Amino acid sequence: MGAILEVEKLEAFYGRTQALHGVSFAMEEGGITTVLGANGAGKTTTLRAISAMVRTRGSIRFAGEPIQGKSTEGIVAMGIAHVPEGRGTFVDLTVEENLRIGMYARRDKRHAGRDMERVLELFPILRQRRRQHAGTLSGGEQQMLAVARALMLGPRLLLLDEPSLGLAPLVVQEIFRILRLINEESRVSILLVEQNASLALDLADHVFLLETGRVVLAGTSDVLRRDDSIRRSYLGY
Amino acid sequence: MTRRASVILAVVVIVMAYSLPAFMSGFRLFQFTQVCIYAIALMGLNLLTGYNGQFSLGHGAFYAIGAYISAIMMDQWAIPYGWTIPVAGILCLVVGFLFGRPALRLEGLYLALATFSLALAVPQILKYFEHWTGGSQGLVLSKPKAPFGLKLTEDQWLYLVTLTITVIMFVLAANLVRSRVGRALVAIRDNHIAAESMGVNSAMYKSLTFGVSAAYTGIAGALSAVAIAYVAPDSFNVFLSVTFLIGIVIGGLGSIWGNVLGAVFIQFVPNWAQDISKAAPWAIFGIFLIGFMYVMPYGIAGALKLLWIRAVRPRVTGQGGEAVSPQLPSPSR
Amino acid sequence: MDIFIQQVMSGLATGGIYASLALALVMIYQATDVVNFAQGEMAMFATYLAWSMMNAGLPYWGAFVATLAVAFVGGVVIQRVIIRPVENKPILTIVIVTLGLLVIFNSVAGWVWTYLQKPFPSPFPREPLRLGTVVFGAHDLGEIAVTLVMLVLLFLFFRFTPLGLAMRAAAQNPVSSRLAGIRVGWMLALGWGLAATFGAVAGLMVAPILTLDPNMMGGIQIYAFAAATLGGFTSPVGAVVGGFLVGIVENLVGTYVSFIGTELKLTVALAMIIVVLLVKPSGLFGRTHVRRV
Repeated sequence: MGAILEVEKLEAFYGRTQALHGVSFAMEEGGITTVLGANGAGKTTTLRAISAMVRTRGSIRFAGEPIQGKSTEGIVAMGIAHVPEGRGTFVDLTVEENLRIGMYARRDKRHAGRDMERVLELFPILRQRRRQHAGTLSGGEQQMLAVARALMLGPRLLLLDEPSLGLAPLVVQEIFRILRLINEESRVSILLVEQNASLALDLADHVFLLETGRVVLAGTSDVLRRDDSIRRSYLGY
Repeated sequence: MTRRASVILAVVVIVMAYSLPAFMSGFRLFQFTQVCIYAIALMGLNLLTGYNGQFSLGHGAFYAIGAYISAIMMDQWAIPYGWTIPVAGILCLVVGFLFGRPALRLEGLYLALATFSLALAVPQILKYFEHWTGGSQGLVLSKPKAPFGLKLTEDQWLYLVTLTITVIMFVLAANLVRSRVGRALVAIRDNHIAAESMGVNSAMYKSLTFGVSAAYTGIAGALSAVAIAYVAPDSFNVFLSVTFLIGIVIGGLGSIWGNVLGAVFIQFVPNWAQDISKAAPWAIFGIFLIGFMYVMPYGIAGALKLLWIRAVRPRVTGQGGEAVSPQLPSPSR
Repeated sequence: MDIFIQQVMSGLATGGIYASLALALVMIYQATDVVNFAQGEMAMFATYLAWSMMNAGLPYWGAFVATLAVAFVGGVVIQRVIIRPVENKPILTIVIVTLGLLVIFNSVAGWVWTYLQKPFPSPFPREPLRLGTVVFGAHDLGEIAVTLVMLVLLFLFFRFTPLGLAMRAAAQNPVSSRLAGIRVGWMLALGWGLAATFGAVAGLMVAPILTLDPNMMGGIQIYAFAAATLGGFTSPVGAVVGGFLVGIVENLVGTYVSFIGTELKLTVALAMIIVVLLVKPSGLFGRTHVRRV
């Protein structure tokens, strides 16, 4: 298992404003890493930088291949699925159509049908609401749809931006359970941005903490959970 | 540009403008009279669309109303041209305000459609009220002569009068735009909900802006009736409204100088296009339009502003020492 | 009653033309917030190309298909080459570019083919059809058929093909579409291509009636605006329904209301626009735009 993602001295800009000031980290294939930090720390920006949605400097390598400078569509086609903040659901399309779009850029179309079945098994509510307009789904259901859509790509790396936002705790737990399942089954690597630190630490094996665009802490989630002082000062609990 | 630099530039330009009659006469001078008239019309449209963000594809209508008010007053009641101008302004102010009220509910495309429809209807309406407007044949008027036996040709007198009115209107507009009212207009354009939550009475301002905008363009129309000494319905078709829109975008939305630059463009570029190609002059004009938008998407005034910012302000550098280019605030989409 | 039915059918025929052009306008507007003011002139230009092809010996339906293909490619090229440089600029900047295109197409058409009106053949027989006591123009029925076939094909494309789905997605949510690996830029270009195709259909159907001349589409474009306003600028279905309705209303008003002659017919279109904007700006099928603060 090599590194699925290697980020070195990543800088990111929104127009003239610099949001990331030299972020560096690496992820092993098959691992789950979570990015924590306060609002405005640069967590969402990090994901956007990987997906080439913002202007960047520095180096990003996906499974050994440099991807900075590629287009978003090209990066997606390489096997990185990004579920953005707010889920990005196609509200005017049906659930089924949302899933079909997920497989649009899929490299290996042969097993798409099998994956569709698997996804509907994991999220039975989607099968039930197959023909409904995605906009009529509840927040939790839309989150499931967004994850399902991302899985339809057959990705090697899944980027998730605050999946727990605005969702009831039970729903969040269910989603996180499924994420763990997917990770164990298909070895999909997951990079998870979260505000809800305790839940994220339960799911992830590695964590790093961002503060105003810089990595201030990195390590395994076990260590961070056990160290009281770090937990209290950085994670607030 | 600093306030002082702007004022000095304005004074220089105005002095040069006043001296034009010494260098040219007849048709050439008349073309510059037309430039002044267009500049006032564009200032009107720019107040509404550039500063306040309300799209109007129908300002030709106000131009026509102003022109016909002036023409009818001179033709039917032999009122001296001088009085027709302010009357046209006031009547257009009222008409514009009355139009502005229902138009409050419409935004963007829908307002553009509404004003577009109005502009289309104008020639028909003018032809319909034949008794007043002279129908399709229009009204023939007489050119004013210089008063007090001044040794000026009609063209020269007209030019000086028009120029003076233009200067006055522009100074008023500049003051308006730089005042609290002006800032309110821009705030409404950029985010009217936020503006309202700050206590700006969006509805009142928007309707008033429509009125003032119509007044400016109406005054321009009245001046054109006086200067050309002829009005006819077909000269106020939708193409005129489109020309005005082209003028303010080329000149620069939300810019005072832009209106002068835009007026020069719409007056002279069609002629140049004809010089370049007798067979398909409008194709050349169209190429000019597209080319201008590629090179100066924020208009001439916008491009000049960018150049000024780049030349005067220190370069902002990113972490690696490379320059990060400054950005123009974009007018509303 | 017979006259009523005849006028309705006739209205549906012209309505099909308005529907095609309105659909073209709405397809582009929905995806980009831009009204392509040059749509009518592009359609006129395509129709002239068809005329040249037929003059060179091509049979009608051959020229028809070839023209649609050329129009499609033309639309794609125009979006990629002419519109893309100003894609992210203020909306009025893009409007000026489309106005520039309008003027260029009109002027070049006049230059290449002169301003003399040219008769344009109709592929449909001249003799009218009789059903009981009602008489239908063959061209009218043919127009309705052609329009319906094109609309059905378009519907099938958007509903059942992956590309059609990708185009719909790109129009609705470009950011999420990028994240799904859809090349949004090319989807827009295809949209322009399809729009140009439907514009060409409108031009080819109207040319036999109005005779071919560079200013042929001016009035039609206004009716198309009325149709799109009535149906809703954000709804392709609305544009089509709006087109047919405008056609019917125009015909019925022209028949039954005595003082509306041919000059005032245009006023009917304008009146419809104003009424819709006063009552429900988003049109019959359009969605009122909810903006997040």
